[in-house]
Amino acid sequence: MGLATTTMAGFDRGLYGPAARPLLAGRARSSATGMDRHGRSAILLEDALSAAMTAAQAGDAAAYRTLLRDCMPVIASAARGKGVRGEAVDDVVQETLITLHRARASYDPARPFLPWLRAIAQRRAIDALRRDNRRPKEVDDAVAYEAHADDSIREATHGLEARESETRLAQAVAALPAGQRQAVEELGYRERSLAETAALTGRSAGALKVNLHRALKALRGSLTDARRDGDV
Amino acid sequence: MSNLDLLVDSLSADLRPVRPLAPPSMRTLGWFAAVLGLGAIMMPFADLHAVAERLHVPDLCVAAIGAVLTALCASFAAFQTSVPGRSRLWALLPLPPLALWIGASSLGCLRAWIAPGSDIPDGAEIRGCMTFLVSVSLPLSVLLVLMLRRAAPMRPNLTACLAGLATAAAAAALLVPFHPHDATASDLAMHAVAVSIIIALNGLAGGRLLDRGALRI
Repeated sequence: MGLATTTMAGFDRGLYGPAARPLLAGRARSSATGMDRHGRSAILLEDALSAAMTAAQAGDAAAYRTLLRDCMPVIASAARGKGVRGEAVDDVVQETLITLHRARASYDPARPFLPWLRAIAQRRAIDALRRDNRRPKEVDDAVAYEAHADDSIREATHGLEARESETRLAQAVAALPAGQRQAVEELGYRERSLAETAALTGRSAGALKVNLHRALKALRGSLTDARRDGDV
Repeated sequence: MSNLDLLVDSLSADLRPVRPLAPPSMRTLGWFAAVLGLGAIMMPFADLHAVAERLHVPDLCVAAIGAVLTALCASFAAFQTSVPGRSRLWALLPLPPLALWIGASSLGCLRAWIAPGSDIPDGAEIRGCMTFLVSVSLPLSVLLVLMLRRAAPMRPNLTACLAGLATAAAAAALLVPFHPHDATASDLAMHAVAVSIIIALNGLAGGRLLDRGALRI
């Protein structure tokens, strides 16, 4: 019964291989001498399939059933040779069998069967690859799906981080000496000019510059320390 | 029971005896017999004296032979490519007669421009030729497509192109006895249109006019 005795699930990964042997076993054992076992097996497979197809054309349902099962590893191999992988191989096997059924009158019993079958299988494999390229890719990996940052998540995360940075900066500014803090608040936060700030605070422009310079240096130091301590 | 088990069971249950298709050469002759039959039906309406005269002009005669050979070779190549596993190189077979046909027709075009006494067709005649070519091409291509569908073209577009070429060439060959004037560029244009119609029809069917095995997904 050829492949009938084996599991039909998961045709990829070579599950066809051993299943093809029952058809050949009887004849192959007696004739293979080790010289060219592989080539001889191929000839026997060709002969067996060709005979089964000729019988099927005459209406022999049992031969046809065996033929269809024994064609599966050949089809799967042709599909994988074209680059079809995974479950798509099963689809190609299925579609090739349907085409084989519809086109069975086009097989010429005087010619080899395998090139005829492989041509159909390769065509269906190309169809499958084309279909696959047209379909949108689905994400099957749950972790990848969860970790995928869409726009709303990115915006929310961004907002949270921005608020945390603001808080840390405010705390660092609050920790500065009064003169430096005033320089940062007026010149940095409120974006006043040196002259305006000087008039407002009664300090000289030069003193404000020095205070701002020291403030920025202190802030850089305190924020860098906080990051190194693992705050961020 | 898996899907493939069920499929094998249903296909086996659906099995009916089939007669293997005849070889491509026999099928080509079958289609060409239909072409000749169509020609025989139309022959009483042809001006046979004018045909004999035109066939004495070398390039017209060569063009007619080229068209007949193109029809034969292209249909044979179409039948070959409709069988899975046959080489696609068969598609090259009609190229030499096609070159002969186009070359000789082009000579006719040149002669029409160079020789002042040539009979150049007017608009009404061009429309008449166009109608003739399309109306002859259509039944011939329908017949050829039906015959090709009995096989299983694995390269349906290639087979459709060859079928289009075969019907266009056959229609051009059948046109010879009814052509009221010498070969011109309009002939070539008409043939190009006829080929395009067949290819477009196959394209509209999603490449499946000939590919019966493709699943409708």
